[in-house]
Amino acid sequence: MGQRTPLYDQHLALGAKMVDFGGWDMPLHYGSQVEEHHQVRRDCGVFDVSHMTVVDVSGEQARDYLQRLLANDVARLKSTGRALYSAMLNERGGVIDDLIVYLTDWGYRLVVNASTRDKDLAWMQAQAAGFAVEVRERPELAMLAIQGPHARARTSELVSQARAGLIHDLKPFQGMADGDWFIGRTGYTGEDGLEIILPAEQAPDFLSELVGAGIPPIGLGARDTLRLEAGLNLYGQDMTEDVSPLAANMGWTVAWEPTERDFVGRAALEQQRARDDLPKLVGLVLEERGVLRAHQVVRVNGVGDGEITSGSFSPTLGKSIALARVPAGTAERAEVEIRGKWYPVRVVQPTFVRHGKVLV
Amino acid sequence: MSNIPSDLRYAASHEWARLEADGSVTVGISDHAQEALGDVVYVELPEVGRQLNAGQEAGVVESVKAASDIYAPVAGEVIAVNEALADSPELVNSDPYGSWFFRLQPSDTSELDKLLDAAGYQAACDADA
Repeated sequence: MGQRTPLYDQHLALGAKMVDFGGWDMPLHYGSQVEEHHQVRRDCGVFDVSHMTVVDVSGEQARDYLQRLLANDVARLKSTGRALYSAMLNERGGVIDDLIVYLTDWGYRLVVNASTRDKDLAWMQAQAAGFAVEVRERPELAMLAIQGPHARARTSELVSQARAGLIHDLKPFQGMADGDWFIGRTGYTGEDGLEIILPAEQAPDFLSELVGAGIPPIGLGARDTLRLEAGLNLYGQDMTEDVSPLAANMGWTVAWEPTERDFVGRAALEQQRARDDLPKLVGLVLEERGVLRAHQVVRVNGVGDGEITSGSFSPTLGKSIALARVPAGTAERAEVEIRGKWYPVRVVQPTFVRHGKVLV
Repeated sequence: MSNIPSDLRYAASHEWARLEADGSVTVGISDHAQEALGDVVYVELPEVGRQLNAGQEAGVVESVKAASDIYAPVAGEVIAVNEALADSPELVNSDPYGSWFFRLQPSDTSELDKLLDAAGYQAACDADA
């Protein structure tokens, strides 16, 4: 038996097909993964993401510590509520995890992945040595993501006036506390929406209210196809400890300035940056019928080989798409081997769908 | 609870087989199989004219989740395939017993007797769960 979120019994009551995800028993879908996907693109739905790890960082040197810990620079967060996406690197410049960090009244709130919890916490504690900082996990909190074009409007109808006002005022990629709730206008779907962190004991009632108001629950299956269409990386697939953020389409998250900021992995990244043969993460679109899957081989004529890191069927495009790590010189065409046969694919920017619109 | 019609035969690998009046055998995948796969998005069918042994790989069904092989429940020659599944693979989910994959001219009709009946297949599914 895996770990359970506070919403486990509700998932069963809602008819979820449960699967193991990084040691957690989580809902894969509640009937049809494809229908759930469309529901989020067209209207909105609610995801239980309580398995994710919330870590609060406070203390006099919280900022100094995070400037050392993260490849992105928390000094860019100019006011409470602002957030940024960052990699946490090892000394070799490999990605230990990707995370979001919000600037809060008490310091910083980080949300890291579930499957990487233990190593993340151990690394964060080890790096804290010598800093006047407190790193505290918050396992007593649950997290619900309400995502889709109508997510904010529909959620606002179910909460207090103060919280509705906050939801209205939040700009994309901002998050603020209200009482014991923390409401972020963030997500993992490529749509507008919210991520609400709240005390675990309040989560079942809130989920019931959302579902009762006609916002259906969405499983991890649709979460994966939504994030893939949005071109958002999945840790453990699209990047790992052996992959540089520069080879994972995360170069934009590395803050090179100021040059004197010595974040973990900087020296290794500086060397990689000087090379012109670092592989890159691109998008692939299969024009023929079939399904691209992780680990299939990509062949680029006259250039070299690569590999699919994430692949699936895209419900929005009605065809298969993938993220793939390919040689630097890859242009617009490549081929993928599926069950011994080679299929032509189009190489594209790895953002397939944003805000309901197809971009490729 | 999945639907297991009593007039069909079943392979342990989750195909159903139906003996037609003309002696051919129609093959599809069970309700239990489509349920386990989730939304079907692609079906690869065998070529008409191909000779298959019992238990031989005959095609592939892919859902959003994964790819699974389809096996010939009895030996025979492929005499027809259901082209409608190429355009509408989701029919496998909505109507698993109407959405046949291929039709075989069996080498030996008595091979059907080696397949599971509904009760036997139900027991196999229960053991899986």
